[in-house]
Amino acid sequence: MSKRTVQFKIYRYDPDKDAAPYMQDISVELEPSDKKLLDALVRLKAKDDSIAFRRSCREGVCGSDAMNINNKNGLACLTDIDSLKQPIVLRPLPGLPVIRDLIVDMTQFFKQYHSIKPYLINDDPPPERERLQSPEEREELNGLYECILCACCSTACPSFWWNPDKFVGPSGLLNAYRFIADTRDQATSERLDNLDDPYRLFRCHTIMSCVDVCPKSLNPTRAIGKIKDLMVRRAV
Amino acid sequence: MSNKVTKRTFDAVIVGAGGAGLRAALQLSEAGLKTAVLSKVFPTRSHTVAAQGGVAASLGNTTEDNWHWHMYDTVKGSDWLGDQDSIEFMVRKANEVVVELEHYGMPFDRTDNGKIYQRPFGGHSQNYGKSPVMRSCAAADRTGHAMLHALYQRNVRAHTQFFVEWMALDLLRDASGNVLGVTALELETGEVSIFHAKATIFATGGSGRIYYSSTNAFINTGDGVGMAARAGIPLEDMEFWQFHPTGVAGAGVLITEGVRGEGGILRNGGGERFMERYAPNLKDLASRDVVSRSMVTEINEGRGCGPDKDHVMLDITHLSPEVIMKRLPGIREISIRFAGVDPIKAPIPVVPTCHYQMGGIPTNYKGQVVVPKFGNADTPVPGFYAAGECACASVHGANRLGTNSLLDLLVFGKAAGESVVDDFRAGNLELKPLPEDVADRTLARLDRLETQRDGSSVNDVRLAMQRTMQKHAGVFRFKDLLKEGVEKILKVAGDARYTQIGDKSKVWNTARQEALELDNLIEVAKATMVSAEARKESRGAHVRDDAVDTPEHPNGRDDTNWLKHTLWFSADNHLEYKPVRLKPMSSDVEPIALAKRTY
Repeated sequence: MSKRTVQFKIYRYDPDKDAAPYMQDISVELEPSDKKLLDALVRLKAKDDSIAFRRSCREGVCGSDAMNINNKNGLACLTDIDSLKQPIVLRPLPGLPVIRDLIVDMTQFFKQYHSIKPYLINDDPPPERERLQSPEEREELNGLYECILCACCSTACPSFWWNPDKFVGPSGLLNAYRFIADTRDQATSERLDNLDDPYRLFRCHTIMSCVDVCPKSLNPTRAIGKIKDLMVRRAV
Repeated sequence: MSNKVTKRTFDAVIVGAGGAGLRAALQLSEAGLKTAVLSKVFPTRSHTVAAQGGVAASLGNTTEDNWHWHMYDTVKGSDWLGDQDSIEFMVRKANEVVVELEHYGMPFDRTDNGKIYQRPFGGHSQNYGKSPVMRSCAAADRTGHAMLHALYQRNVRAHTQFFVEWMALDLLRDASGNVLGVTALELETGEVSIFHAKATIFATGGSGRIYYSSTNAFINTGDGVGMAARAGIPLEDMEFWQFHPTGVAGAGVLITEGVRGEGGILRNGGGERFMERYAPNLKDLASRDVVSRSMVTEINEGRGCGPDKDHVMLDITHLSPEVIMKRLPGIREISIRFAGVDPIKAPIPVVPTCHYQMGGIPTNYKGQVVVPKFGNADTPVPGFYAAGECACASVHGANRLGTNSLLDLLVFGKAAGESVVDDFRAGNLELKPLPEDVADRTLARLDRLETQRDGSSVNDVRLAMQRTMQKHAGVFRFKDLLKEGVEKILKVAGDARYTQIGDKSKVWNTARQEALELDNLIEVAKATMVSAEARKESRGAHVRDDAVDTPEHPNGRDDTNWLKHTLWFSADNHLEYKPVRLKPMSSDVEPIALAKRTY
């Protein structure tokens, strides 16, 4: 890769000084070693230190730098700059209140995550050693436990946009199924009760935007389908 | 900047919500103490999340194992600089804390009989160095992620009170040196609060961002270490930094040692498995410092790979795709994304990359912060505790073994939490009055940033620091470069006192945050360079050109003069030393006797 200049259109809003949000046209010259969108944002920030965004691990495992990139949610650290059409349009994740620039208020997202009781429930006295689980039983958790809570999926979901206070959202539901699928967890029925509601689970209309944007290639729609199956099965 | 400072009062305040902070928090929440956990990022964004290969425990699920062997490996790995009481404490607690995690719901991989899956790792052996052992308890190659989420989830269950996206700014002490809590900045509003507490636990992680090339996250800015140093707490053994053998060349992203644990091989430009020459016994699974130096030697002697011969290759093409997909799926993803190669088909280009801070805030094995006072090198500071990478217990000494860091944060996070609970219940902790001027240092730092004119840019100063550290305190160290490095880093530290920011907003001001973080990084950088220059021997990760292998000083190690811990004091940039605790915790445990380190 060579030196090149990249054009951006970035959503800017600082409630301390801006009456309203606006889109800023800005460009930056990249070094040959800059490959990911996050590299470019860091370079941009060296030029204008007022651009605000979250970032941490820069390798797609902490979930900090989720944003809307050319109209699609993704992680800046995993997105190749040269794959993006210019000007690169960056907006905060849709559907959540903006605090500043690309930083959104994730309270509602985490509230939904917390609402599914995201922890193992097993009231048996813990044995001296590990609880046993076969490799096959453990495999049931693959594609579920890897969620990084970046919110790309939930904020790409129209049902979540309309009812962020009532619909758990793809990320929360994926995590709910992660515990239902765990052979060590004893609260399946309680967990299903918790979701048996026209909004909490059933606002998912399987349009699969979540699957399309998940930076970890997880499939919340499939997990939601499995929860729905369990609901049906226990109803009959 | 408003001078109005809100005061909040707690039994305990924990700074940091990575593995150590969350483990400590559980202890306090479950004991019913009124606890505040401050984190500048949402807890699951903490850097524990990036740990890959596993956590050490001598469960013996696949191969025979016991804590005596683990203790020997850890002492030897530390090049005998680790304190043997702390090491004994850690390895004997390992099974307990790992099994607890499993009970919390951590999704460990499993053996065929349903137990926790364990894989081999560098420097871990059976029978005191005889052959590799399967000791690393793993959740695929996402162990840190699985662990951090399980710990966060357990804290949700325990109703732990988090202050998310609050950055601690300064450690508060009174005239007698008692610790009273911290000042902290709420990122969203820019407001400053005093967190007044009977006990303060630092679990702020490492500071790897002092180097230009690092596996560490952006947030690893040594906040606790810097705060402690500014408040007069010495820093221990800061010359010892681990360079992980396998960072992706160019990108710096970590490739776990678990890749070699699963059978991966390092090859030079000629395709040779060069580790056979440097470590005939454990080969690619020798200790990290040994492997990193071997790699740099290969590169320096012209046997590197690529057009510039500036890296070596990590080869797993001989492993079956099934093993790679099952045990190393995250590594495959990282290789494809950051190195542009699918490791099933082609080897991964790697170079040693700054990874872990062995030194830190001095503690004993109970997690109490200790300083030289009243003629005792290890006198606890009332009200102050630390655990995890920011602390130095010291279990890693001059070189840490892979998988011992996740163990460290579990064992000492829990120990620090238990110490606070014990001290609280024994009535040893009280809410000491806040002096009038207790927040002045913090307010002065913020005011300076508000008003600084003609200063230097945060980015420029940070870059100068990172370049200096990379060049002058790297994998191999040179007498002249270290000397020059001290002068350079002190000059950079001078510039850091005059950083200037353009952004003056109250709301989520990341420019201000980065300037405040730089104040912490610079303390760590100074401590590292000054301590390294002064240590005139080679030991573990600190290897100098003027301390080479001789019969009198095997591997350049000088136990007569340097079997001691460094203590660096920020106020006047001076050094003191304290003895290594060579006696194990229990009287019936034999000390691991000094010996030359070979693998």
